[in-house]
Amino acid sequence: MKEISCSTITEAVAQLAIKACCKLPHDVYAAMEARVKTEPSPVGQDILRQLVQNADIAAQESVPICQDTGLAVIFADVGQDVHITGGDFTQAINAGVAKGYVEGYLRKSSVCEPLFKRTNTGDNTPAVLHVRIVPGENIHLRLAPKGAGSENKSVLKMLVPADGLEGVKKTVLDAVVTAGPNACPPMVVGVGLGGNMELACILAKRAAARDLNSVNPDPAYAELEQDLLQMINKTGIGPQGLGGITTALAVHIEWAPTHIASLPCAVNINCHAARHADVVL
Amino acid sequence: MSESQVKHITAPFDISTATSLRAGDSVRISGVILAARDAAHKRLCECLDAGQALPIDLTGHVVYYVGPSPAKPGQAIGSAGPTTSGRMDAYTPRLLACGLRGMIGKGYRSQAVVEAMQKFKVPYMAAVGGAGALIARSIKKYTVLAWPELGPEALALMEVEDFPAICVIDALGNNQYEVGQAPYKTL
Ligand code: SF4
Repeated sequence: MKEISCSTITEAVAQLAIKACCKLPHDVYAAMEARVKTEPSPVGQDILRQLVQNADIAAQESVPICQDTGLAVIFADVGQDVHITGGDFTQAINAGVAKGYVEGYLRKSSVCEPLFKRTNTGDNTPAVLHVRIVPGENIHLRLAPKGAGSENKSVLKMLVPADGLEGVKKTVLDAVVTAGPNACPPMVVGVGLGGNMELACILAKRAAARDLNSVNPDPAYAELEQDLLQMINKTGIGPQGLGGITTALAVHIEWAPTHIASLPCAVNINCHAARHADVVL
Repeated sequence: MSESQVKHITAPFDISTATSLRAGDSVRISGVILAARDAAHKRLCECLDAGQALPIDLTGHVVYYVGPSPAKPGQAIGSAGPTTSGRMDAYTPRLLACGLRGMIGKGYRSQAVVEAMQKFKVPYMAAVGGAGALIARSIKKYTVLAWPELGPEALALMEVEDFPAICVIDALGNNQYEVGQAPYKTL
């Protein structure tokens, strides 16, 4: 049985936070660079060019791509043959978030309680942690900082089977149109289909945090990803909502088996700052 | 975008500058602007409710909706892109009535805000959301003016030089989100 210490986890999370916030994944960078050439709107082109330049500055100076360095969403796939030593796993993750956000000059955007006090926790903890136990003896961590501009535009619709494909398309399209410039397009749209209420939302989040160029392994869903992308890029919203054909860079769908009476459909919109960083321990 | 199409303005500004901006104009702002977002807006309105003086006379000022990331040693400010303006909508008409003369943020505004903008002759400009590292280069100084305990949400003054923005809703109510999107809508 492999042993992984809490201090190793903390250190890894701290580094992931800084990397994820300051260095745009290459595929997102390349996609924006490519869209400069295909975007017909001059304003849209100019914005895409500025976003590429912004990513360059952030990487060179190790400063955040966007000042909203989000809540730290962490997907942890923990191998069942791993023995975590020297402390509490969740505390180790949060200690890493605190270290990364404080030492990396990232913004602390977490408040301790949602309604009455809303006091800033001061170190961006707690993380939003999604853990899965998987075979093997590694821990895979993906940290995906998520800002509120796009997160606030998330939607959950408990569709029913009769709503079918059209219901799904309408839900996704409505979410994107309502989000418009508020979600900092060009966006990456994550869609979670099936499961139940909470599972659909987690699937949408996983979808939004997938690698940009990844495709659903099921050909029918892969085709739907493309159909939805084309549809979204015909809304006219464009970069920053000022008009154009580059409203989304990608649509990702994740799905799960569901109840005979249900068709949950969750949409989690990610902005062009579609940030994430990974490590395997 | 060629420089010739860009309007250079100095903030704070008067009504004639406010009304010279048209939806779609590319703008570069130099001078001093205010930085405030949700929590500072709430406090400004609480001051008004209590009949207290505001920490600063808003007349002629432009407010930038921003909550920057912390400055690294040697930097004036961290990343400093715009936040979603719509969250400020509930407070905005009251502040416009106090003389606030311009706003910079990102995203749609409510009908009530657009009406108040027309009444008080105030333009709304957008900065590129998520371009915080790039925008920070035009911010030369960041000074907290009130409520430092709010951290990135404190009310602050910013000295800016050629701060890049686009006028999206002008003082006449023309809306570049609508005008700009229409030609590319093929759905
Ligand atoms: S929506 Fe994304 S890019 Fe825009 S301000 Fe929020 S985190 Fe930054």
